[in-house]
Amino acid sequence: MIQNKFIASSTFRLALLYVTLFAASVLLLFSFIYWSSVRYMAAQSDAGIQTEIQTLSDRYERAGMPGLRRLILDRITRQQPTGSSLYILTDPTGRHVVGNISRWPTVEPEDGWLNFRLETRDRDNPETHPARAKKFQLSGGFRLLVGEDIQELKAAQRQIIIALGWGVVLTLVLGLAGGFFMSRRMLTRLETINQTSQNIIDGDLKSRVPVSARGDEFDRLAINLNQMLDQIQELMESIKQVSDNIAHDLKTPLFRLRQHLESLSKLSEISPEHTQALVQSLSEADRLLGLFNALLRIARIESEAVKKALQPVKLADLARDLAELYEPLAEEKHQALDVVIQQSPTVIGDQDMLFQALANILDNAIKYTPVNGAIQVTVADDDNQAVIYICDNGPGIQADDHEKVFQRFVRLDHSRSKPGNGLGLSLARALLHLHDATVELSSNHPGLCVKVEMPINK
Amino acid sequence: MRILLIEDDQDVARHVSRGLKESGHIVDIAENGIDGFSLATEENYDVLVIDRMLPRLDGLTLIENLRSRNKLTPVLILSALGELEDRIIGLRAGGDDYLPKPFAFEELLARVEALGRRTFQGSANTHLKVAELEMDVLSRKVQRAGQAINLQPREFRLLEYLMRHSGQVVTRTMLLENVWDYHFDPQTNVIDVHVSRLRSKIDRDFEYPLLQTVRGAGYMLCDSE
Repeated sequence: MIQNKFIASSTFRLALLYVTLFAASVLLLFSFIYWSSVRYMAAQSDAGIQTEIQTLSDRYERAGMPGLRRLILDRITRQQPTGSSLYILTDPTGRHVVGNISRWPTVEPEDGWLNFRLETRDRDNPETHPARAKKFQLSGGFRLLVGEDIQELKAAQRQIIIALGWGVVLTLVLGLAGGFFMSRRMLTRLETINQTSQNIIDGDLKSRVPVSARGDEFDRLAINLNQMLDQIQELMESIKQVSDNIAHDLKTPLFRLRQHLESLSKLSEISPEHTQALVQSLSEADRLLGLFNALLRIARIESEAVKKALQPVKLADLARDLAELYEPLAEEKHQALDVVIQQSPTVIGDQDMLFQALANILDNAIKYTPVNGAIQVTVADDDNQAVIYICDNGPGIQADDHEKVFQRFVRLDHSRSKPGNGLGLSLARALLHLHDATVELSSNHPGLCVKVEMPINK
Repeated sequence: MRILLIEDDQDVARHVSRGLKESGHIVDIAENGIDGFSLATEENYDVLVIDRMLPRLDGLTLIENLRSRNKLTPVLILSALGELEDRIIGLRAGGDDYLPKPFAFEELLARVEALGRRTFQGSANTHLKVAELEMDVLSRKVQRAGQAINLQPREFRLLEYLMRHSGQVVTRTMLLENVWDYHFDPQTNVIDVHVSRLRSKIDRDFEYPLLQTVRGAGYMLCDSE
């Protein structure tokens, strides 16, 4: 997985491209070195042969056949056993006169040059060596062949190939390792930026990209990103601040208004109709106050500015109390409300807040499940997570809307025929998040299943 | 009852004190923490109603000072930091009850009266009687006019609380907090359903109802017709 991700990374591809180009140019350079050195060596060898022929033919001119023979014999005998010079001199009938090879090679000459295989004179270890020679027509029908056993030359050329080959391999290995290392480093730094972005998407607005002391492009990117994030956070906080302030500032005058209405409704000299109107206004004011309070409460819980009364909470007891409290509501709608305790996990949290969160979810379930429906509250423990399911067989919620219902003021019931302010589930989720709990909606086929998962207290 | 209201918001103070006076109580008002503290230590009040945020000496410090001087007058804390979550801090500081702003006056009145009564009516009483309704707390038996009434455990606790506060308005929140022991804000009035169940058991087959609904406030179990 990580390997795939690494190969898929742009830095790796960049490194690979770089290594390929580099290796290609190294290969080209080495080929040229090889080609020119081989050519030079061959030319050297050819030039040696040419000079030797010149020397021998000069000797023949000056000292005749005996002189030439002596010189050739002298050359052959003085040559090291491993020496590479080859000589053969034949008379006009083609008979061998002198030389260290027995027969005239049978190959056709190209431009006067013969390339042939030579059998070594080492009887214990017979092998054939490549050889190159030039023939020279002497006056009087004598033919002279001067050549060289180029086994050593070929071996030297092979050595060059091998050396250059290793050079290429080393270049590739070093290049790849360097590319790997470089892309790893770049990848790590990019991954840090990605991880930070992901944290922020996941809701941790305080997360920032780490900046190193180098001040390179990555650092400049990180600094710019951080500045952007600061600005965004500031904006979001000021928006929240403004809405909280509005709720807060409206609350006080609304409270006063409510007090005045309350005082008025107690006066004895007003008519029953007026009393009725006042009572209605009072309940409207109460509804608005309740709304502001709920909004402010969610805002405070989300900013984690609230104090929790942390204590071990037995979820089974909580679920039983919850069902006991809400059972008459369900009964009014002839709904079956069951509590199933599979395990009894204990969590650390604020009992009242957890109760509030689950109550809001259960209240919704009862509200939206039709008459004669069934609702089940299940408490279980699953891999060190305490799990509570609140499932019903009502109309359910479409998967697209699962995230939406947690937003403030969102009510999928467009007729708004049911009482409520659209804040119940927002509050539930805020409270649960404060407890490191997650809420997940799924289909109960039919109906809705709300799954609450939170860490178990060990 | 003699009540001391320590509240700097004059509008709220005026409204609350008028309401309390209309209900037959004697009310003194202090507008800051220092004045409130001296009044509370010098005079003998039945209940103190203290705003959390006060000039010169804040409400919580005031309560802590009172408690450290062994002044145990019941305290109802009022707070504009209205969230339920702040209740814990208030109660830890030595408050006896906590009422978030904004509140309905009836809620405040009911709580003040419940606190005041606590000082002279202990809960040690195991035999409760309201008109012809009788409850034996130990044997968990309830009867009205000699006729036994069968109650579920929670209904029993609900009735016990109402009987201990008979003749006094008890709000839905008070019931939720004292009978169920959960401090939360129900979206639906679940308490009403529980009360109406209880009512059907203690009132339906009898001449006159004992359990009254007080509009805009809550419930009251009446001593008389």
